[in-house]
Amino acid sequence: MTTVTDALPRLLEASGGHAREGGVADAVDGLVPPYVVAPTGPRATEAVAAVLRTAHADGLAVVVRGAGTKLGWGAPPRRLDVVLETGGLDELVEHAAGDLVVVTGAGRRLEDLQRDLAGAGQCLAVDPARQGTVGGLVASADAGPARLGRGPVRDLVIGATVVRADGVVARSGGKVVKNVAGYDLGKLLTGSFGTLGVLTRVALRLHPVAEAGAWVTVPVASARHASALVQGVLHAQVVADAAELDRPGEGRAQLAVRLDGIAPGVAARAEQTAALLGTGAQVSDTAPAWWGRDLDAAAHGVTLKASYEPASLAVLLEAVDDASAAVGLPLDVRGSAAVGTLTVGLGGSGHGSDPAQVAAVLAALRGAADRFGGAVVVRDAPAAVRAAVDVWGPVRGLDLMRRVKERLDPTGVLAPGRFVGGI
Amino acid sequence: MDARGLAPWLADRLPAGAVIIDPVQLATYACDGLAHYKVVPAVVVLPETAEQVATVVRACAEHGVPFVARGAGTGLSGGALPHADGVLVVLSRMRDVVEVDRANQRAVVQPGVVNLQLSALTRPDGYYFAPDPSSQQVCSVGGNVAENSGGAHCLKYGFTTGHVTGLQLVTPAGELVELGGKAPDLPGYDLLGAVVGSEGTLGVATRVTVRLTRTPEAVETLLAGFPDTDSAGRAVSAVISAGVVPAAIEMMDALAIEAAEAAVHCGYPAGAGAVLIVELDGPRPEVAHQFEQVKGMCEDAGAFEIRVAADDTERALIWKGRKSAFAAVGRISPDYIVQDGVIPRTRLAEALTRIEALAGERGVRVANVFHAGDGNLHPLVLFDDAVPGEAERAEEASGAIIDLCIELGGSITGEHGVGSDKAKYMPRMFGEDDLDTMQLVRCAFDPAGIANPGKIFPTPRLCGEVPRRRTASEGAHPLVEAGLADQF
Ligand SMILES: Cc1cc2nc3c(=O)[nH]c(=O)nc-3n(C[C@H](O)[C@H](O)[C@H](O)COP(=O)(O)OP(=O)(O)OC[C@H]3O[C@@H](n4cnc5c(N)ncnc54)[C@H](O)[C@@H]3O)c2cc1C
Ligand SMILES: Cc1cc2nc3c(=O)[nH]c(=O)nc-3n(C[C@H](O)[C@H](O)[C@H](O)COP(=O)(O)OP(=O)(O)OC[C@H]3O[C@@H](n4cnc5c(N)ncnc54)[C@H](O)[C@@H]3O)c2cc1C
Repeated sequence: MTTVTDALPRLLEASGGHAREGGVADAVDGLVPPYVVAPTGPRATEAVAAVLRTAHADGLAVVVRGAGTKLGWGAPPRRLDVVLETGGLDELVEHAAGDLVVVTGAGRRLEDLQRDLAGAGQCLAVDPARQGTVGGLVASADAGPARLGRGPVRDLVIGATVVRADGVVARSGGKVVKNVAGYDLGKLLTGSFGTLGVLTRVALRLHPVAEAGAWVTVPVASARHASALVQGVLHAQVVADAAELDRPGEGRAQLAVRLDGIAPGVAARAEQTAALLGTGAQVSDTAPAWWGRDLDAAAHGVTLKASYEPASLAVLLEAVDDASAAVGLPLDVRGSAAVGTLTVGLGGSGHGSDPAQVAAVLAALRGAADRFGGAVVVRDAPAAVRAAVDVWGPVRGLDLMRRVKERLDPTGVLAPGRFVGGI
Repeated sequence: MDARGLAPWLADRLPAGAVIIDPVQLATYACDGLAHYKVVPAVVVLPETAEQVATVVRACAEHGVPFVARGAGTGLSGGALPHADGVLVVLSRMRDVVEVDRANQRAVVQPGVVNLQLSALTRPDGYYFAPDPSSQQVCSVGGNVAENSGGAHCLKYGFTTGHVTGLQLVTPAGELVELGGKAPDLPGYDLLGAVVGSEGTLGVATRVTVRLTRTPEAVETLLAGFPDTDSAGRAVSAVISAGVVPAAIEMMDALAIEAAEAAVHCGYPAGAGAVLIVELDGPRPEVAHQFEQVKGMCEDAGAFEIRVAADDTERALIWKGRKSAFAAVGRISPDYIVQDGVIPRTRLAEALTRIEALAGERGVRVANVFHAGDGNLHPLVLFDDAVPGEAERAEEASGAIIDLCIELGGSITGEHGVGSDKAKYMPRMFGEDDLDTMQLVRCAFDPAGIANPGKIFPTPRLCGEVPRRRTASEGAHPLVEAGLADQF
């Protein structure tokens, strides 16, 4: 076994010359990686495989980096020897417009991909355009407002090429939307935060860009009011394409419903929706300023993601209010209220980074989790906070997850410690 | 200890009549919907609760006895084909709808609940279970989950996997685990996504939490007659490229129409070389506008007759021919093979032409019924078993169709699954490393390889070290606890 300090020649060879020593700018959660590899060119997938074979043989810990926008999500890795950058895997392999399918390198930027598709009147249904990469999107499974109508990221992934921790390259799925041959490894990789394999190529299902769209916004008076509005939208037949709640800790809360479709249809549905939402509802052809934007990690320091049974929205919001009162911090809430996922931002003015306060908020919300039927995980947080709290919280089926990890990455090459239960 | 040896022990723990070893009764479980594969299981069990399923599976695990789950047995790939030395776990007694949770748009059901019954139950509330395989009057939700079943309307609404949010699973080690729930995005790997569509090889689903779909405000259905499949295919392309997402677009060719006509007298346009059924659903104004668009596109593509369903009765009549097509083929041919393959939809015309040619070369006929919107073909290869050699030639044609699907960039199965029937084709679609990686996942769930062995994978992977630890909460093995262990 080579030691970590003399791995560079082997990594250079494996990556076809695309390896260097890491620096402070490459740090992940404060860990500066000794090496960074960034395979590129037509043989990049083989290079990724060779790098992982080396890492596997030498016991190096590897963290995959797409655009690096969400590298702080999850628990800090226990070890870090190599940052594997996917930016060179950015080939647009095939856009089969007639089949509404695209096959792309996992390192391709989402905004580039959306531009590739726009010409054909198509899009990847994860609005709005992002700087992140396709691989990062899939590995973090993080969708925007369109999820209500178009489904979660996992439903958009129809095929994947993945390099295993031992360097073996495997494919699953294909490039047709309908396909039940073999296990759907794409689903397993979706949301795996780089701990099960490295995505090098992804086949995605596309949607036509809607001809027209409108937003209906309404002020929200209370937790119960929010819940009643969301129930109204869910059970109506207007078919909302998205329904997002914005509820600053201090200031006015608003629900916004988006309707996509053909112009005359959208106009009629927007009127119907406005009637449904009641007093103060307004139809607009532009999105509210906050639409589809993450609660800004820079401003908040700490964000949490809560998932819940949609009918228990009020329970969650009340738990947020209670937690806010208990720790004396305003808590901002934003997200896909009708889907059942919300982001909670601590201390809008940047004051919410005290580990004890974060722990108290987490404990309060998790204490109510049985009542809203979901879970609360830490998203953005300084390393000090993530070291002090339980990032993932309780997890169902953890034992099986461990066994999956043990089979696919028996020696813990891929981001050891990052995922649930220390996986 | 073999499967038969377990029977008395199981009989003590399951309700009366829930353990079958009588050869005549066992024989009735020898096959699923793919009747030319037959294996009589050693034992059949009919558990009524998840705990009973777990008891059975735990006993199997302890003794290395294979087990196979079975729902309604309508599968078309031999997925529920029993193991001769194994236990067949039949879920037909687990038919309770545990909960309909309208506020959350979810229902919680036992696996034996029949697909259509769930929709029938929730429709008065304005909801239904969207996956609608043509077998929906009999197939079970557990079977739908295991096969990731589709149906005519999955073009718009997606397959079963998109409609399952939670599962209670008995793992092949006999543990009861909960995956997912009513809420989305619970932390951890998406094991649910791996289990749905795994054809009973990762465990037995004992409770399923499904998403219910709001019934649409408006539904419009048309039946269009075309001179040939090429012109019908052009209409399909026009619709899709206009950005219209119909609830369903189904095509039948002349031979399939002839069969349906003979069986159910659906009154499809006379002389049609192909018919298209197009259904749009959703908010009324959108549907009305797009329906006019679609009619125009069918006319432009050469439709000579377009019928619009005036009400639900007429709609049902239009669908009747399509939904009974498989069985109807029996009217025009003594024997047939139902094939299930996928091609990129844009290669439809080419695929149909080549299918006709490769069937012709082998002296058999093919009737085509398919989900045109997503390129999922169901070529029905017609033959007469009484004619020497014809069955072999039909089998050959059917295999050649699958090779064609792979060549065109598609899949060996769109919805019927791999099962026993297509395991041999898996290496044509996937490489050794691909299959090996899938089997690593299997090893995580089923290190001993006892859950539905022989399905999906042509050659099972040995899982090596079995990292199985008995957890404290499980206690001693039930056999030991019961003082029965030394009996064996
Ligand atoms: C409403 C909303 C708006 C958003 N807006 C934006 C936005 O404006 N800009 C933006 O960048 N993102 C945005 N996101 C987040 C976005 O959806 C993804 O999280 C982002 O695409 C991550 O990509 P990345 O390349 O930066 O990933 P990274 O931060 O590089 O990686 C994220 C995780 O995925 C792993 N990973 C990355 N690539 C791979 C791979 N190929 N194989 C295996 N694992 C991998 C990493 O190890 C890491 O754990 C938004 C999300 C939401 C919900
Ligand atoms: C006339 C006809 C039309 C059909 N049309 C369609 C169609 O349009 N679309 C489509 O997708 N399919 C179709 N099928 C195929 C079949 O009906 C579906 O695959 C169906 O979902 C099988 O359900 P079942 O309850 O009959 O399952 P079975 O046939 O009993 O089992 C199927 C598989 O599921 C496993 N299984 C069953 N229950 C469980 C459980 N609880 N836990 C774990 N594994 C389990 C079995 O081991 C087996 O591998 C059709 C079949 C027929 C006969």
